[in-house]
Amino acid sequence: MHLKYHREHREIKKVKIKTTNQTIKALVLTGYGLNCDIETAYALELAGAVADRVHINAIIDGSVSLDDYKILVFGGGFSWGDDHGAGVIQAVRMRYNVGDRLTRFVENGNLVIGICNGFQTIVNLGLLPGFDNDYKNRSVALTYNDCGNFRDDWVTLVINPDSPCVFTKNLTRIELPVRHGEGKFVADERIISRLLENHQVACQYALPDGSVADQPFPFNPNGSMAGIAGICDPTGRVFGLMPHPEAFNHFTNHPGWPFLNEKIKRGDMNDSSLPITGIRIFENAVGYFS
Amino acid sequence: MPHRLEITLKSDLFDAEGQGICNKAASYFDIKIDDIRTVHVITMDVNLSVSQLQTVRTEIFTNPVTQVSSYDPLPEAFDWCIWVGYRPGVKDNPGSTAVEAIEDVLKIRLTADEDVYTSRRFCLKGGHLTRSDVELVAGELLANDIIQQIRVFSKKEWDPEVGVGYIIPKVKLDHTPTVSTIPMDSDAALRQVSDERNLALNENDVPVIRSYFQNSEVQAQRKNIGLSEPTDVELEYISQARSDHCNHNTFRGVFTYTDFETGKIETVDNLFKTYIEAPTLLLKEKKDWVISVLWDNAGVGRFDENHYYVITGETHNSPSNMEAYGGAITGIVGVYRDPLGTGLGSKLIMGSYGFCVGDRDYSGDLKPKLHPRRLLDGVIEGVRDGGNKSGIPTGFGQVTFHPGYMGKCLVFVTALGLMPSLVAGKPSEQKTTSPGELIVMCGGRVGKDGIHGVTASSETFSEHTPAGHVQIGDPYTQKKMHDFLLEARDEGLIPHITDNGGGGLSSSIGESAMMSNGCEVYLEKVPLKYDGLDQWEIWVSESQERMTVAVKPENIDRFMALSAKHAVESTVIGEYTDSGKLHISYNGETCAYVDMDLLKSGFPKWEFEAQWVPPEQRGLYEPVIAEPKNFNAVLLDLLARPNICSKEWITRQYDHEVQGGSVIKPLVGKERDVYSDATVIRPVLSSSRGIVFSQAILSMYSAIDAYHMTTCTIDEAVRRMVAVGGNPEHIGGVDNFCWPNIAYNPEKNPDGRFKAAQLVRSCWALYDMCMAYGIPLLSGKDSMYVDGHLPGKYGESHKVSALETMQFSTVGVVEEVEKCVTMDVKNAGDLVYILGETGNELGGSEYYDLFGYTGKNVPQVVPEKFIITYNALSQAIEKGLVASVHGVYRGGLGIHLAMIAMGGNLGLDIDLSGVPTDSALRNDTLLFSESAGRFLVTVAPQFKEEFEKLCADIPCACIGTVSASSTLAIRDMLNHPLISVAVADLKAAWKKPFGELI
Repeated sequence: MHLKYHREHREIKKVKIKTTNQTIKALVLTGYGLNCDIETAYALELAGAVADRVHINAIIDGSVSLDDYKILVFGGGFSWGDDHGAGVIQAVRMRYNVGDRLTRFVENGNLVIGICNGFQTIVNLGLLPGFDNDYKNRSVALTYNDCGNFRDDWVTLVINPDSPCVFTKNLTRIELPVRHGEGKFVADERIISRLLENHQVACQYALPDGSVADQPFPFNPNGSMAGIAGICDPTGRVFGLMPHPEAFNHFTNHPGWPFLNEKIKRGDMNDSSLPITGIRIFENAVGYFS
Repeated sequence: MPHRLEITLKSDLFDAEGQGICNKAASYFDIKIDDIRTVHVITMDVNLSVSQLQTVRTEIFTNPVTQVSSYDPLPEAFDWCIWVGYRPGVKDNPGSTAVEAIEDVLKIRLTADEDVYTSRRFCLKGGHLTRSDVELVAGELLANDIIQQIRVFSKKEWDPEVGVGYIIPKVKLDHTPTVSTIPMDSDAALRQVSDERNLALNENDVPVIRSYFQNSEVQAQRKNIGLSEPTDVELEYISQARSDHCNHNTFRGVFTYTDFETGKIETVDNLFKTYIEAPTLLLKEKKDWVISVLWDNAGVGRFDENHYYVITGETHNSPSNMEAYGGAITGIVGVYRDPLGTGLGSKLIMGSYGFCVGDRDYSGDLKPKLHPRRLLDGVIEGVRDGGNKSGIPTGFGQVTFHPGYMGKCLVFVTALGLMPSLVAGKPSEQKTTSPGELIVMCGGRVGKDGIHGVTASSETFSEHTPAGHVQIGDPYTQKKMHDFLLEARDEGLIPHITDNGGGGLSSSIGESAMMSNGCEVYLEKVPLKYDGLDQWEIWVSESQERMTVAVKPENIDRFMALSAKHAVESTVIGEYTDSGKLHISYNGETCAYVDMDLLKSGFPKWEFEAQWVPPEQRGLYEPVIAEPKNFNAVLLDLLARPNICSKEWITRQYDHEVQGGSVIKPLVGKERDVYSDATVIRPVLSSSRGIVFSQAILSMYSAIDAYHMTTCTIDEAVRRMVAVGGNPEHIGGVDNFCWPNIAYNPEKNPDGRFKAAQLVRSCWALYDMCMAYGIPLLSGKDSMYVDGHLPGKYGESHKVSALETMQFSTVGVVEEVEKCVTMDVKNAGDLVYILGETGNELGGSEYYDLFGYTGKNVPQVVPEKFIITYNALSQAIEKGLVASVHGVYRGGLGIHLAMIAMGGNLGLDIDLSGVPTDSALRNDTLLFSESAGRFLVTVAPQFKEEFEKLCADIPCACIGTVSASSTLAIRDMLNHPLISVAVADLKAAWKKPFGELI
């Protein structure tokens, strides 16, 4: 028996590497305890980009230039062991060594995404929330989960359709894994309000039915204020989120796939209604430039 | 002058860590603490200006959104304050990263005298708290005196100007490194030295060692190089290499085995060679996917044309027993170096854990160093940080509770890696050292860590004595090294790589130099954490996160450049030669000069007496129990037993999604909360192939017969793999033995002969199962001496031995991960089948244990028969005929029907009359017998015929249907209702014991 599935969700082998003028190059940071670089680069390539994994020190010493890239990824991991607050030392190292190059990269119209440890880092760098074109001010934070522990689980995110966020365009809802000990989004109430008003809150934790009201644990896995899972800057070109879109790069990453597979096998469901994978977030980034 | 920075969360933010401690104090000790706020303390013993201090405070160590900080004590209010800091020489990982950050921001380099130390201060509120309450919380929840120091302050005792003061746990040894020579006038004299220096030389090795050093040719050669009597470096080298840990003397020993049932006496020579090596070599010939076994740090199997997988398993019992967190994190990070040091080096792709501890709620009179609850908390956290911070998914894990593990806990850690089949055009599984290649030590520095293991624990502490015997693994340093070494590997720079674990350089260089047949090592070049180590200490230190790499001289510049890029320390400390000698010097003076083949020659085998007393003769019998009337209650109570119930709180602390390839996760089902049979990952993201992995521990059956413990354990690990879609033709095994002391001693170990017989029987079972199922043993380890002496109520002490335990791991490859299945039932109306026969086999079962019985009828594995079932099921899965598959394991059919119902959140209508049995069985036997070889399978009605055709020749019966009713309903042999419980109630009972834990 052989099953046919919707390509978008099921295909794993087709990594097309385009090397035309249209090539969108993405840089995924590595080193110092970062660890999601391989799957993040893979996700970007599935989305049509050419992705390079580059050690932080290769940027600092100038052997790799940000100017050659359109998308910069601060990925997941435990940079410097997260010993003094998640993403703190990575942010310090980047700010002190390549801070100006980073802000120039953003101001030049390129895209930045921070995932998990990367979100923590770009928040500490001040790339987010980026109010009033200020990409250096730290005004939001990701701190220890209310549950008091590292937690691995899948969450449902609801996407704000009015957000300028480039990465979440045309998405309404997505399920992704979270894996963190410090993902509770906190900020001054006024800042939270401003983020909400500006539609910079690109995604929020939700109940499985998609409602965002008063999300209890474990649906809001860390106690984030306003259930904030990810925010963008006012331009929508800088985006950070705690869940891991790169870890949903194939249908079989979804925890419900064996159940859905049975449904399809019996004709109770067709593949076009399968969950949207995290690759869509990277496709939106690549698509932004075309 | 040192500077002490205190940092805490802003007062309006919730302190989750503090709250966690409050919760534990209340639940563990019934101590109600109103509130705890945590203060992080960074003590910088660094010469910094006022402006530099401000810079590091604001730029690095204080988050303006969430934190406040000060170089004066923070005015956090409390009734009691507990300060906890490390003892000198204990690895302070945050201290090291603080140094990196300070150096980076200030563009300075700390001098050798300067360092940064982290500690914490807990501010407790609760006017009713007494000093003894607070000391209990400090000693039992916040610190372990082996690695940490504690100060307790009442409100009155606290001087707000002074705070905790400046506590600098700096190591000061004031010792000039010295090589000592050891006179060995007689065997007795050498034995005495062995005792004094904790060399643990085996009695029978002593004459062999003496005769080597007394050989006239050897003496003449030594004289030439300026040596006479053996040095401490040499004896330490021999002692490490000859230790049971490195040389597996027990498994290579000679057993005189007497069977009290038959009266037969036989000699069993070399368990390893006969029952592990021999079947594996035979199977390697038959299975072309076996790439490399029995010699390297881990075994190697084929994943696909271009990739090999690598697997090994280890234990880290003794250190974890002393310091649970440190022992466990060192264990998992340590086992991750094995695949990295296998072949030319592999990337780590998955880890797993197995914890065996005493009862979590133990309230008896024995006083283990750490209460089982605390021990479990610590090992969970250790494996969590070690795995998560390494970026390696922890895909599987199990916990077993039994009072025997109070004597010593078991911490199993298993690692899987992946490497390309070719590295720079050469076969990746091969490696060798050659004369002229440089010996490079990469990663961490060397201190007094792990020298002579736990024997050091009896020494008294002084203020600056390094607490070296218990270590804390550093996944951050190792992750950097891992990334660096893989890049160096891919450039073809590494002809040989191995890790520094037990025995340190002594093992890694001693063993790798066997290939080139010699080495020169310059100990003064080895980078140290602090001065004052003797030469022998540098040589045998087990400081973690180090690899030993051979590099050709022409490649050394490139190798070092890559090392620098990755911020990893690498140092050339010698070179490989073909001199036939292990030659070690320190500042030009030879301190060891021995023949490389010394260890191969003439050491006597260890000898053991083994006496098998069969269960009947030991007084075991089947208990007399009349059938229960309330089966609902039995089922619910069994579900809530510690070895059955949900331990989701552990599983969720482990990242099992990192690397993006999870297919079957540890928790599955409609609500993602029931355990899967096995885990499946997709390690090469662009391929649809998967690795399937599972493990089993069933030590309770050892109370009857370790032969059957072993067969059942292996059978369960095999079934787990087959249940998700693993191919029975490709099963690689890893055996991890943990055994109590088997050396008979009339006073100290009166049942040693029986335990020795159990070991022999276990090895027989291992052989039988491997041959029958076709399982080559890709890797394996043994850890003996899992016993402890626990103080009791009256000042006496009791020897407590762990059950004879084997953890068995299975690994395989699935071609298309989309064909894998999970255990949860999927659809109302599906048919429920049972495969395999149920027998009267309640011996050692969870059901008997509920009533305090052991019984005698331990489950029997008939692999020749079972494999037919496994092959049929495997075909059914391959053809897509089944909706769910689950093995019937601990607890029996009743428990596992509940599991699949809970998994799918659907009810079941089951009729026991159809269950295939070998004889007429009672309802309780049918439901709770733990007979091996069985599965529960659900099948959509449309595939009924095809499925039944496939199963025509095996014990297989349809015993009911999946129902939409959300009730597990079981009818007995006479079609009377026996069990009827709502699935939600099953789940509530199953989750209740540990449901509050997060």
